Amino acid sequence: MNFIFDAGAVLLATIRDILPILLLIIGFQLFVLRQPIPQLRRLIVGGIYVVIGLAMFLIGLEKALFPVGKIMAAQLADPTLLGGGNIELVDWTAYGWVYLFAALIGFSTTIAEPSLLAVAIKAGEISSGVISPWGLRITVAIGVAIGIALGTFRIVTGTPLHFYIIIGYIVIVLQTFITPKKMIALAYDSGGVTTSTVTVPLVAALGLGLSDAVPGRNPAIDGFGLIAFASLFPIITVMGYAQISHWFVNNSLKKRSKGENK
Amino acid sequence: MPSNIILVLNKLWDSFKDLLPIIFVIAFFQIIVLQQPLPNFVEVFFGSIMVVFGLMLFVQGLEMGLFPIGENMAQALARKGSLSWLLIFAFLLGFSTTVAEPALIAVSAEAAEIAAVGGLISSTQESMKSYAFGLRISVAFSVGIAILIGVLRIIRGWPIHYLIISGYILVILMTLIAPKEIIGIAFDAGGVTTSTITVPLVAALGVGLASIIKGRSPLLDGFGLIAFASLLPMIFVMGYGLIIF
Repeated sequence: MNFIFDAGAVLLATIRDILPILLLIIGFQLFVLRQPIPQLRRLIVGGIYVVIGLAMFLIGLEKALFPVGKIMAAQLADPTLLGGGNIELVDWTAYGWVYLFAALIGFSTTIAEPSLLAVAIKAGEISSGVISPWGLRITVAIGVAIGIALGTFRIVTGTPLHFYIIIGYIVIVLQTFITPKKMIALAYDSGGVTTSTVTVPLVAALGLGLSDAVPGRNPAIDGFGLIAFASLFPIITVMGYAQISHWFVNNSLKKRSKGENK
Repeated sequence: MPSNIILVLNKLWDSFKDLLPIIFVIAFFQIIVLQQPLPNFVEVFFGSIMVVFGLMLFVQGLEMGLFPIGENMAQALARKGSLSWLLIFAFLLGFSTTVAEPALIAVSAEAAEIAAVGGLISSTQESMKSYAFGLRISVAFSVGIAILIGVLRIIRGWPIHYLIISGYILVILMTLIAPKEIIGIAFDAGGVTTSTITVPLVAALGVGLASIIKGRSPLLDGFGLIAFASLLPMIFVMGYGLIIF
């Protein structure tokens, strides 16, 4: 009974969440463009799907992804796994499994991310083949893996988040000046597209669970920040990839022209 | 109608693929490293099924109704040539898609719980709800502004990196004055905002605009809107933290 009541409340809340976007589309169509809405029936049926789907997703999230993220964090940071009860838990080297888990989650979810695939294909077109879609996807995935692993390291050590972010920004700004111009906007965007609807809650829960399990950490201060790392590092690795492949192409062109001169 | 069933199975497989890498990694750790079963496995199992079905219905619904209309509208407005309507549309599109973004709903609710446990806000249902709602509204507002600036950039042809770098400087300045309890969630808000709904609609707007304006290439100038949408929320959420704590 309780469950049905909860589901009803979630459903009502999702209708409220969807309402602005519906009002926007209908309002602009009728009053600004002054056209009838094409395929009204499809819009209505689609709208119903969206509301039910969103409600189910949120309930499932509460039952599956959040608890799993927190449980995994707690189990991986458990003193018995880290090598028998009494070791000094402030030592960051003890948490190796946590970093590996974080890196693997980051890498695997990013490689499978559909919106990244779309961006990668476009990038191949822009760079006229210099950037290969596969190369870009792996580069972004490595960026996310390093990002999340470093983020868990930060939670374990409790160092302030903004130091890392500021250093990351400085690296990005410096890279911007030497990256081929065509690739800059794409590299900036690749930070945002990597973190999908499924990954975000899981990674967020991982951070919160970890900050709960590591002694001396406060979830309110240390728990967030993993997603920030996951969107920062791909920008760095993608620009790096663009620079390197650009350099390689230039280099081989030069060699070829030298060879022809001889 | 077997073709319908195949279609549904295909869609299910598509949203299951999102979850597959996570299942592999978790199974590997549970079996090889931790060597213990996941507690409350049954609940997690059914929850995962809800996630897969929910995501499938959600994406299917978007593709049926909202995406085609939204994309047509973005292009029709770009062609109409009225700058003020275009900017209003850009702002409202960013705002309304962010309000409906599932990952943001989930993370802001989690953030409210953490803030209540940490004693930053009173732990009543009411104040947690209003905190989570405030977070979402400030993020949505900032994404609206971000898309508006991004559209202006495409029209005027401003180089993207000056805008991004000044954004970074603003973020760093805000970090110095913002309460440190809000900094983590503020930095995260940037990555959370741009997923299922926002990215396709906003990308359609950017590419539509860039393909209509002379001298802009859809491939070059169409990109960059997402970058703004992940930058501005950081600044606004820190601002929200300044007001509320």
